[in-house]
Amino acid sequence: MSATVQTLEAIERPPVSMGSRLEGELLEVSMGPQHPSTHGVFRMNVALEGEVVRKLKPVFGYLHRNHEKLGENMSYLGSMPYTDRLDYFCSMTNNWAYALSVEKLAGIKVPERAEYLRVILAELTRLQNHASLLGFLLNDMGAWGTPLMYAFREREKILDLFESLSGSRMMCDYMRFGGCRCDTPPGWMERAKQIVDRFPHFIDDLEQLVVGNEVVIGRTQNVGILSPDLAINAGIAGPMLRASGVNYDIRKVDGYGFYPRFKFRIPLGEHGDTYDRLMMRVLEMRESLSILKQAFEQIQPGPIMNPKVKIRAFRPPVGEAYGRIEGPKGELGFYLISDGGQNPYRYRVRPPSFVNLTVLEDLCLGHTVADVMVILGSVDIVMGEVDR
Amino acid sequence: MESLEQIKARAERAVSGAQIAIVPNPGPAQQSSLLIDNEHAFAVARFLRDDPTLRLDFCSNVTGVDWLDRVVKKTVKMKRLVDGEEKEVDETTEEKIPGYLEAVYHLYSMTHKHGPVIIRIRTRDRGDGARLPSLTTIWRSAEFQEREIFDLYGVRFDGHPDLRRILMWDEFVDYPMRKDYREPDDYEWEPTPHDEVLEKAKRHYTQRPELDGAEKITAGGDALNR
Amino acid sequence: MTEPIDERLRSELQQHGVWVTSMQELYNWGRKNSIWPLQFGLACCAIEMIATAASRYDIARFGGEIFRPSPRQADLMIVAGTVTKKMAPQIVRLYNQMADPKYVIAMGACAISGGPFKQGYNVLKGIDRYIPVDVYIPGCPPRPEALLHAFMELQRKIDSQKLSGADKAEHLKPEQPSEFPVPLFGEHDLESSANPGVFHPPEIERA
Repeated sequence: MSATVQTLEAIERPPVSMGSRLEGELLEVSMGPQHPSTHGVFRMNVALEGEVVRKLKPVFGYLHRNHEKLGENMSYLGSMPYTDRLDYFCSMTNNWAYALSVEKLAGIKVPERAEYLRVILAELTRLQNHASLLGFLLNDMGAWGTPLMYAFREREKILDLFESLSGSRMMCDYMRFGGCRCDTPPGWMERAKQIVDRFPHFIDDLEQLVVGNEVVIGRTQNVGILSPDLAINAGIAGPMLRASGVNYDIRKVDGYGFYPRFKFRIPLGEHGDTYDRLMMRVLEMRESLSILKQAFEQIQPGPIMNPKVKIRAFRPPVGEAYGRIEGPKGELGFYLISDGGQNPYRYRVRPPSFVNLTVLEDLCLGHTVADVMVILGSVDIVMGEVDR
Repeated sequence: MESLEQIKARAERAVSGAQIAIVPNPGPAQQSSLLIDNEHAFAVARFLRDDPTLRLDFCSNVTGVDWLDRVVKKTVKMKRLVDGEEKEVDETTEEKIPGYLEAVYHLYSMTHKHGPVIIRIRTRDRGDGARLPSLTTIWRSAEFQEREIFDLYGVRFDGHPDLRRILMWDEFVDYPMRKDYREPDDYEWEPTPHDEVLEKAKRHYTQRPELDGAEKITAGGDALNR
Repeated sequence: MTEPIDERLRSELQQHGVWVTSMQELYNWGRKNSIWPLQFGLACCAIEMIATAASRYDIARFGGEIFRPSPRQADLMIVAGTVTKKMAPQIVRLYNQMADPKYVIAMGACAISGGPFKQGYNVLKGIDRYIPVDVYIPGCPPRPEALLHAFMELQRKIDSQKLSGADKAEHLKPEQPSEFPVPLFGEHDLESSANPGVFHPPEIERA
């Protein structure tokens, strides 16, 4: 006895009232600003054909808290705590970028120990930023909770270091023009060394669990490919640029701080897809660990503040300066114009994640709406910095 | 990298009619910039990007700056006849510089790893019709940043593909980053006012004309004791 | 219900394995230990909120770990971060979409009053201008412990809410509004800049 298999074509369907217009109609969907995986209050207006993205326009400004206007009405030092709140994952690197720009503007030298401390703190910041980014990215992919919990376990250890050094977990406000605010408490270096020594276990775990994972590969490889030419032209910076294979790291190019004294490699991607951007973070964490180990060996006791710098009533000479560093998310720059007064005449932040979003539409076109979240996660945005 | 003078000379040769001036930076950063006239800004920018020795392919930062009307005082020593004698007298001349809006572009080269070269373009005035040529088609990184300048400073960029407000809502009419912007008055409850905020907040405080300032403080003290 | 149970009788019964309670106590006990917050972050404080939910601080110990992305399923809105004028209408709309009983925690200086960003032209000077707030947490950002403390304060508040009588909980009074007008985008500011039914600025005098 053979069963007759009814194919789909053979089934007689009742006529659909909307006619045959199931294709070709665009459906406009507003994703955000309240959305579980837009990393804050980001909003995208998406035009969908079925499930495929045909148009995407990002909408900004839901966290525009007038950082630049406030900075112009405030003394130079007064803006330092505000820079913490730009990219609230990486307050230390924000501090450094701002301090670097003011030091350029006023021609201030920084003592040796302070430079080493800055490198150590910046690399610790990079570690915890990349760790939590991977957690969020995997969260967006559907690995609900577990990777994020692992990442936050490691992040808390580094935040403990920041807290014992500066007094605050997230908003450190640690750096000053011409040095750092205070020296490390006793035993701090040893604790930092311990955490750095144990950190590779976390990266190994993550690699084992995730990086070879079939689902992760399926969701990320060949998704959101960014060509190197477009990346350069659109001003993409940081890990996202290097994932497209462009060898440009400001730590090497500008050689700010003491980075020329350390040996480290620049990981480069080959395809520029989401998988490369994900792997870029893993590889960069390993390089950061190597920088940290060298810094722990080289750092010597000494002064941490340039004594000639006036902290109160600080008035840099007339002029302007643009200083930039390689933040965990890309090129973070500050552009300052001084008219000789106590407040900057113009105070501009060059936010990496804002400029990196320029290509979001190009990356998402032709992919499904579920891939949009993964691509957005791999761009690594923080709304405090995007909208300022 | 070439000096700014060399870049200026070569750009003027490459783009006929371009007027480029060097804006010196007196500060220790020594980042001087090139001021380009609006008509040729697009061509000069394309030259800067495509020239093989410069290759400024990475436009990092685009900034709007608002310069208000300024009065520059110049003191010049002049010889004059005073009571039949020739004396040296300080003559002060005042020069009025009308305000303008400015866009500043910080350019780097990824190919040759040099930079920054800073270029500026200026509007004629600070009025509502302030216009500048858009450089978005040359460097796409300017797309959102030029929109931001339009939103916060009110500069219209000719040739921008999608010039809309980006940070504020569409119904908003002011340009809040301009120096003469006045924010809406909502200071009815200020726990710790100071300086100009105190002045704004005072307008909302309950008027009690029967008390002068000193009595008010003691009245508050009484309230605490009660 | 109106008569409180005699505590001696209750403990004596408990020794015999009989647990006596009132409807109100049982109801509030259930409510306070399964508060579902809205998964909703605005700024820096949201990261501390995530840290509170993550491995070290673990808000699940208090029954608040089920963060819901939809306001229809949430009991608690944690306003974590700076509320900008562009975002304020969205927040009021989200609050209106939540089902009663609903609670609001204003987390951090920005949500309370605008905080360090108060002088900004696009910053709302406190979310309590538009929606009623139950617990305020100071700090910039408040530590995860502070959020846990606020959470326990809220549990205490829920526990003390009455189901009947003249002093019954606000959400049970039919005349009490559960939705609030959404502010509109104006040419210079939000229209209106505060909801007078909710926001009462304290009257202060200074010389």
